[in-house]
Amino acid sequence: MRLAVEQAVFCVGTRTILDAVTLGVGAGEFVGLVGPNGAGKTTLLRLLAGLIAPSAGRVTLDGRPLGSVSRDERARRVAAFFQGAGIGWPMRVREIVALGRLPHHRAFAAEDAVDRAAIARAMDLTDTTHLADRTEPTLASGERMRVLLARALAVESEMLLADEPITALDPAHQLDAMALLRRVSRDGAGVIAVLHDLTLAARYCDRLVVLSEGRIVADAQPTAALDDSLLHAVFGVSAQRGTHADGGAYILPWARSQRTLGETRP
Amino acid sequence: MNAPLSPTLARQTRPNRWLVPTLVLVVAALTTASIAIGYAAFDVPAAFGDWLAGRATLPALVLWELRIPRALLGALVGCSLGLTGAVMQGYLRNPLADPGILGISSAAALGAVAVFYGGLAGSLSLALPLGGIAGAAGAALAINLLAARGTGTLGLILAGVGLSSLAGALTALVLNLAPNPYAALEIVFWLMGSLADRSMDHVWLCLPLMALGWVMMLSTGRALDALSLGEDTAASLGFDLVSVRLRIVTGAALAVGSGVAVSGAIGFVGLVVPHLVRPLVGARPSASLLPSGLAGAALVLGADILVRLLPTRPELKLGVVTALVGAPFLIGLLFHHRGRG
Repeated sequence: MRLAVEQAVFCVGTRTILDAVTLGVGAGEFVGLVGPNGAGKTTLLRLLAGLIAPSAGRVTLDGRPLGSVSRDERARRVAAFFQGAGIGWPMRVREIVALGRLPHHRAFAAEDAVDRAAIARAMDLTDTTHLADRTEPTLASGERMRVLLARALAVESEMLLADEPITALDPAHQLDAMALLRRVSRDGAGVIAVLHDLTLAARYCDRLVVLSEGRIVADAQPTAALDDSLLHAVFGVSAQRGTHADGGAYILPWARSQRTLGETRP
Repeated sequence: MNAPLSPTLARQTRPNRWLVPTLVLVVAALTTASIAIGYAAFDVPAAFGDWLAGRATLPALVLWELRIPRALLGALVGCSLGLTGAVMQGYLRNPLADPGILGISSAAALGAVAVFYGGLAGSLSLALPLGGIAGAAGAALAINLLAARGTGTLGLILAGVGLSSLAGALTALVLNLAPNPYAALEIVFWLMGSLADRSMDHVWLCLPLMALGWVMMLSTGRALDALSLGEDTAASLGFDLVSVRLRIVTGAALAVGSGVAVSGAIGFVGLVVPHLVRPLVGARPSASLLPSGLAGAALVLGADILVRLLPTRPELKLGVVTALVGAPFLIGLLFHHRGRG
């Protein structure tokens, strides 16, 4: 399983959102897509999900153009998590998670044992089993996010694309969600997540792809990708680096790089 | 409350299993009642016997020419309105969407009104519904063309609002130009919606169109479920949103367009029915489609029986009664939602 874009360009009118982007992600990899607002991260994710077609270049699934893969096959193999649209109706949590099984049986077939097992697994992984009977409007934003993540996991696809999966979560659930995405990749799926938290991205991802103004400016191991000059040039920040007692290295964005440390410290 | 999954499932499927058969029985009972209830005392079994035996007695004629068409049209139009309302609310993710939101009802009314004005209605009994169907077809074509770029539902709503206003303005223009006040009055009364004095020709005209429209709309059920998480998620789940929109717009035009064409505008049924059904089946859009169609049929049949039982003569227009009942209900619903809000 390999999902790739080759020399992809995406334009809206005269604006170029993505410019000659080349990226490939395989099974078992956890790739973080980072970059400042407006860099084209979500557009790249939608391109990879097959929701939009590139203006030039191509998107491939195992070497085949994504456009030639049937919708059903693509939906079964590539799951995508978007949360911008929210949940339109006060459906029960379990019903929402069950939507992830739609690509596996299109016609009027009912849920079977495989579906029920996948739904239960996804809810267990995201710690949403106890919410099964709750309806949408009663969920806290972090709960809603985990429910939507469970929906994406219920597809049990070979590739998971996630648009800002940890943005509305509290620190404990952020750590849980990142650990979960890493576990999904260790279980064999490819995971591509748009992330804003550089510290968590660097800590959990195998690889970071840095987008700036529609171009990929770095694609490497987290510490190699987020070097000081890139942080300054792309994000306009300087970072504190260190090693935790457990041996893990961390990067902590600390100040706007144009200014001196003293001025922005509270 | 780590409830095991199986009781949850049972609780969700049990009402579903009985709801549809119950509604079918209710619709059948109301259809029978609609046939039995009329202005003249009427021996239904005897008339039915005459009709089956092919005897052209007066009761048999009344049964076949008046009572049965009226009852069947009530069920057909109600089913179209309820189903289309549920589909529109699900598709647009808006609990206030109704079958008229795409401008199809207004365009169908305009088509019929234009036939009225042209004087064709007198020369051919089906000219009026055919004009309405032509109006609905034009609307569906226009909506599909206007919404052809992109898959967004906002564009669709805007196109519908535009089309609706245009059709409304043209209808007003026709009224304004009406040759005499009686012609204008006749048009206005027709617009209020009624099932009185329709024939089996009307049934044969709208039945195939409606059936096709129902099938097209019912085929989008799973896509509507997926769309409750937004268009991106629905597309990622493998649904072709362009095909979904095409089926919904065309299906709605067939069902509601032919409904308006034979009965005039019957408001509020399509808006209210899905809200009545949802507490019984849950919020999943596909679960409310078939029950909404059946409940719509029951509601229109019931309202049409009511206008005949009320002592007002000439009888109240069906569209007036559904609006009178529907509007307070809608206001109540609004308060209920706000209370929970």
